Amino acid sequence: MENLLEIKHLAVSYFTFGGEVQAVRDVSFSVKPGTTVALVGESGCGKSVTAKSIMGLVKKPGKIREGSEIIFEGTDVVRFSEKEWNRFRGKQCSMIFQDALVSLNPTMKIGKQIMENLDNHETGLSGREKRQMAVDVLKMTEIPDAEDCLDKYPHELSGGMRQRVMIAMALITDPKLLIADEPTTSLDVTIQNQILRLMKNLQKKLGMAILLITHDLGIVAGMADEIVVMYAGKIVEKGPCRDIFYHPRHPYTRALISSVPRLDERGGQKLRTIEGNIPDMTRPPAGCAFCDRCPHAMNICAQYMPEMKPAVNYDQGAGETDGAEGRNHRQKIGGTDGAAGTDHENKAEENRKTVHEAACWLMDERAGGNI
Amino acid sequence: MEREMTVVITEESFQPLERKQKELPPAVMHSVWHDIRRELLSNKVALVSLILLLIIMIGALLAPLSPYDPYALDSSQKLQGISAAHWFGTDEFGRDYFTRVLYGGRVSLTVGFLSMLVTVTLGTAIGVFSGYAGGRVDALLMRFTDIFLALPSMLLMVILNTFLQPGLFTLVAVLSLFSWASVARITRAETMSLKERDFVTATKNLGASGLLIAVKHIIPNTLGPVIVAASLSVANAILMESSLSYLGLGVQIPLASWGSMLQGAQSHILDHPLLAVFPGLMILITVLSFNLLGDVLRNALEPKIVK
Amino acid sequence: MWKYFCKKTIQLVIVMILISFFSFAIIYFAPGDISMMYISQEMTEEQKANVMAELGLDKSMLEQYAAWAVRALHGDLGVSLSNKASVLPQIVKRLPSTMLLMGCSFLLSLILAIPLGLWSGYHKNTWIDNLISSVTYMGMSIPSFWFGMLLIILFSGILHILPSSGMHTVGDNSILDTAKHMIMPCITLSIGNLAVYIRYIRANTIGQLSEEYVLTAEAKGTSKVKILKNHVLKNTLLPIITLVGMNLASLVCGSFIIESVFGWPGIGSFAMEAIGKRDYPIIMAYVMMSGLILVIGNFIADILYAIADPRIKRGGADSGT
Repeated sequence: MENLLEIKHLAVSYFTFGGEVQAVRDVSFSVKPGTTVALVGESGCGKSVTAKSIMGLVKKPGKIREGSEIIFEGTDVVRFSEKEWNRFRGKQCSMIFQDALVSLNPTMKIGKQIMENLDNHETGLSGREKRQMAVDVLKMTEIPDAEDCLDKYPHELSGGMRQRVMIAMALITDPKLLIADEPTTSLDVTIQNQILRLMKNLQKKLGMAILLITHDLGIVAGMADEIVVMYAGKIVEKGPCRDIFYHPRHPYTRALISSVPRLDERGGQKLRTIEGNIPDMTRPPAGCAFCDRCPHAMNICAQYMPEMKPAVNYDQGAGETDGAEGRNHRQKIGGTDGAAGTDHENKAEENRKTVHEAACWLMDERAGGNI
Repeated sequence: MEREMTVVITEESFQPLERKQKELPPAVMHSVWHDIRRELLSNKVALVSLILLLIIMIGALLAPLSPYDPYALDSSQKLQGISAAHWFGTDEFGRDYFTRVLYGGRVSLTVGFLSMLVTVTLGTAIGVFSGYAGGRVDALLMRFTDIFLALPSMLLMVILNTFLQPGLFTLVAVLSLFSWASVARITRAETMSLKERDFVTATKNLGASGLLIAVKHIIPNTLGPVIVAASLSVANAILMESSLSYLGLGVQIPLASWGSMLQGAQSHILDHPLLAVFPGLMILITVLSFNLLGDVLRNALEPKIVK
Repeated sequence: MWKYFCKKTIQLVIVMILISFFSFAIIYFAPGDISMMYISQEMTEEQKANVMAELGLDKSMLEQYAAWAVRALHGDLGVSLSNKASVLPQIVKRLPSTMLLMGCSFLLSLILAIPLGLWSGYHKNTWIDNLISSVTYMGMSIPSFWFGMLLIILFSGILHILPSSGMHTVGDNSILDTAKHMIMPCITLSIGNLAVYIRYIRANTIGQLSEEYVLTAEAKGTSKVKILKNHVLKNTLLPIITLVGMNLASLVCGSFIIESVFGWPGIGSFAMEAIGKRDYPIIMAYVMMSGLILVIGNFIADILYAIADPRIKRGGADSGT
């Protein structure tokens, strides 16, 4: 299937007084029409900046570096002019944000804010038609009294309702891609589920692709077709949802998975967290950015980032390159001549055993099935 | 872009990562004064303001060196224009206007600095007390402060001055009475946040009295905002003083401030406009410099502002 | 909304009572009292006491205040010490010209400040912003009366195109003539407020532009001009209403001085004269009048704000979000 969105070698830097902050470093992934891709990572890892790049919303002092490509339906949007952006945003691709309360204009009625998107993109609609479309789209997001809602102000709605309004606003122009930046983070758990289910249903109905950005792997499980895990501006692992959950290969992914609180865990267990902080992005480390916090780190990790290699697709057997890619410690180390690498790898057998064992332990524990 | 680099792989490479204790950059303790000095020297606007102020202050201090008597009347010399002998000309009583302006600066600057001192002392005392006491005392004091902030102070100063014996100290007292409120607001806010910090709690647990904590720990830490407030307060006091003196409610003759010189110049405004220009220019330069300094310092001392 | 309105009304009444008490205090503590006008040296002590009793001066301060307040409510603010005429008509006669000056200068500063502040904030740190900022610093630091004097020197002394004082040329009652007289006082009175408003609007614009809802609007493909016009403008200007209310004080104080500079026949210059003559009943009446203008202006600003900002409409009744 043709890709709807293809990001190639995206790099975004913020030029601040403290130096160049490399927020996104060489990120490539793609989104197919009608599918959901989840971009996962903790805050500050560059996932929001990636999303903003797609919408052309990277503001000064941020800058998309030369050589980055964001191809949407065959057009490279990075080179868009202001006018082209305005035609693209909200029509081809819509975005919803984390906190609907601050993301809605507090002094403008809901209806006007929803219809603004129509004003920007659909010409020749009468006021009555626009209003009807707004009501329809609000009904689609399961808002009770859609008609009344149009004349309300944001503060008069509950958090869940506001997020529905945001979704309605994004979808009224029938976009091909919906970017949802932490859409449920500011909501409580039951509302979170409602909103996620709503998004899934709307996707089925309208057929748009979703790029879901979140730090919470827990909400991704039921939503995403594919997962892209980011850390410190780089992709550490990407692949189909099941593979990432059942066979995570990068220690960071494992750490993320094990920090999802689970209902079936015995009581008294501590919530697992990842110790430490993300590295200083003005001077990103040469090797794997996670090695400082990684329990399995070896000396080589600090110098060299393991290569991204297509790996075994656990669902369909080996050989399917369409499957998971991962940066695997057990892969052969590239960069120097192969023989040496293999040699050393043999000698390092013992170390790898510990890594391997640790990984196995994690996987065994997960074997109960997470999805 | 992934850089292809040569990594020498040895056995070491596969050993568990030796985590070097990250060396923290040596913590430089910047004192407030250090920040101020650095900002004043690096900011052009601040530097120019500072130099102008220094020139004006030194001029006022050295006024007695002038060959002319600022008070001696000489009708033969009245209302002369600018000349080598009289740099700013002479006024309607034949006094050298340049000398008068220097002496006027003494009065204006004295009033400005004195009322700043009183304002800041009073404001800090009330602010720190209110913030530290908290609760009902705080609520009451702040309500009181708000009332003072909302008053048409200029008007009330004028009224009050009609009841009092006019003079330099009356002026300082009245100016301070209507200016402390904003300083109190600032120091109170600062105290409220300092009060909760660990070092204050620790001192409290060691049995230090409230007064000691306030004097030794809280007041020194409010220094930054207070310095900013002080700079703006001098500007404000000089501006207010000029208005009051212009209305004839300031210092009394023969003493003159820049404001009262403008009152005298009013009657000659159409035939000898320069008499009105010089003192006003001095007020403008002085007030502007203090305002600019205050704002530059605010930006330097306020960590929240991202440069 | 109703609740809010009531709360504000109660506040208004309380503040008014405070103002009246303060005004009364001016008379009460004034050196020499009204009895001086009725008592002469030849009177016996008994006669003097009778006069005092007649005037109510032997009673306590509070009783005197009550009696005074009743008279004030009936429009009797006493008699001027200098011209022996009733105070209130004299004040009322001069009120319109003061209101005219204050109103015009208020409008002028708002009309100039809104576009300049918005422009400055939108083009933050460009040369145009720096230029506007420098001008506002000047406006804040210049003594307004001196600025007025400079205008007189320039337009009356050198260019001879504007009259230096008064409100009318003798024998000319046209509006144009009054307008000509008003140009300089109006500009002078605006300058300080203008600087304050511009700074405030600039800071507000910068703040609003960094709000999330602007990002949302951009994500909808709304153009920059439309964002500024439809979203930012209203949210920036809403707080201005409160600021204007708060800044009325400086307008009142300013008019007091500026009227004297330009010989504008309003209540300010009238009060100034009275201060020179220590005519306390007039000073008192002036303070009361200024106080009323102030609190009523503030009250109107509060109510306007509540009407304009949908978030306040709920008043005190905060329903859960």
